[in-house]
Amino acid sequence: MNIISVDNLTFCYNGMEVISDISFAVKKGEYLGIAGPNGSGKSTLIKNILGILQPQKGSVNVFGQSLISFNQWNRIGYLPQRISALNNHFPCTAKEIILLGMTKKNTTALKRILERMGIAHLSARLIGELSHGEQQRVMLARALISQPDLLIFDEPTTALDPETRDIFYSITDEMNRVNGTTIVLVTHDTGVIGKYARNLLYLDKKVIFSGTFEDFCSSPDVTGFFGLDSQHIICHQHDKTEAGI
Amino acid sequence: MELSGMFNYEFVQRAFLAGMLIAVICSILGVFLVLRRFSLIGDGLAHVTFGSVAVVILLGVSPAYITLAALPLVTLSSLAILKLTRSRLIQSDAAIGIVSSAGIATGIVMASLSNGYNVDLFSYLFGNILTVTRTELLLSLIVFIIVAAMVIIFYDDLFAVTFDEELARTMGVKTNRINLILFILTAVAAVLAMKVAGIMLVSAMLILPPLIALQLSLNFKMTIIAAVLFSILSVVCGIIFAFLLNLPAGGTIVIFNIAFLLLVIGAKKILPLQR
Repeated sequence: MNIISVDNLTFCYNGMEVISDISFAVKKGEYLGIAGPNGSGKSTLIKNILGILQPQKGSVNVFGQSLISFNQWNRIGYLPQRISALNNHFPCTAKEIILLGMTKKNTTALKRILERMGIAHLSARLIGELSHGEQQRVMLARALISQPDLLIFDEPTTALDPETRDIFYSITDEMNRVNGTTIVLVTHDTGVIGKYARNLLYLDKKVIFSGTFEDFCSSPDVTGFFGLDSQHIICHQHDKTEAGI
Repeated sequence: MELSGMFNYEFVQRAFLAGMLIAVICSILGVFLVLRRFSLIGDGLAHVTFGSVAVVILLGVSPAYITLAALPLVTLSSLAILKLTRSRLIQSDAAIGIVSSAGIATGIVMASLSNGYNVDLFSYLFGNILTVTRTELLLSLIVFIIVAAMVIIFYDDLFAVTFDEELARTMGVKTNRINLILFILTAVAAVLAMKVAGIMLVSAMLILPPLIALQLSLNFKMTIIAAVLFSILSVVCGIIFAFLLNLPAGGTIVIFNIAFLLLVIGAKKILPLQR
């Protein structure tokens, strides 16, 4: 079953095409990495999938439903990119943010996610008092608390230290492998994509590559586009993970 | 005059009731507006209110119904600000500036058409809470009930939209509906606040109480409650002092708001709040 279906999607800002005629699908339980250079349309694509932006052409279906009539938002956990734009004077605690959007305030789930993210001691603190890394952990806890079927991360680890970054990826990897949670990860970090994602979508306003890592690593077209070094970094990291190294 | 004696007058009772209701309305809406960087919307809508009142006076509407009659134009202007901001063609501060200029320009032209600036129009510029009519008191009560109900029913949605509108949309919050309700109620609040503080000081009623509350570093719910309390306190102190010392109520209320803000900022510097 397709969790996400994107068909012939085109989006323009002020008449200029930012993404052009993009089509792909994400199946249940898939871990998809989306990569591409700056301005390649990665975040714009995510915002179209989430209904934040409306495309000029094409369509998006999530959980088999058109976005126009989609109403199962509790099945999606989203971690946006721009934590740096967070208003540090916003008067709310970490706990208030984590429970944001939960219709039934589940204190057991709150306690569990706080402990898992190592932020139990921060729950009563105001968001503006926390470091960028701590704020990002709070935002991640918010995305994970309701155990959604689909997780969408847009550059999730930019503000995180290496230790927290590892915690983040081990949690999401476990959710994908054990619970079958579908994950879409947008990142610049090609090493991370190679390590965790099983499929890759490479964008540069349009789809440059879409498929499995095996296809990616063996394709001479890909070598021609990326250069041998970049292709090797991604594939080497993926091979190490597959071999359990 | 003694303090206890002033409450024997019906117009003073009406002023206190309406003032407190409007204080609650403005401070609640103000928290959402300030945090969403729409602080200047009060100024913009006040200027539109000036234009609307000038139109209404020119049309010969009875003074008792001027507030009600000014509402449709101000509400439309508030929605115009929302529409312009959403279009992404113009930033929110510029959108407020456009609507604000249109309001003032209309007011000046209309005042000129009605043979120059008259006393009625000036009374709205500076406001007078002591002249609140029964209709205005009733309108304040209705809007108070609507605002209170909105906050209780849509608290989670309002919080989410205020925190991050895009994130709220991905949680299924009907952000357009929330924005529409917020901007319509802000228009009504601006018209009501005109009676308390005058057109010149409407934005103070919307901005200052939330700013005082924000200095206290509280959570979201407590920030709203603190803003409401400071707003009521300023209105009560303002009306009492204005009545006893024969001062203009609007200005006195705003001076109390500013005094509380300075007091809280000063206390914060001298006695850092222990969390």
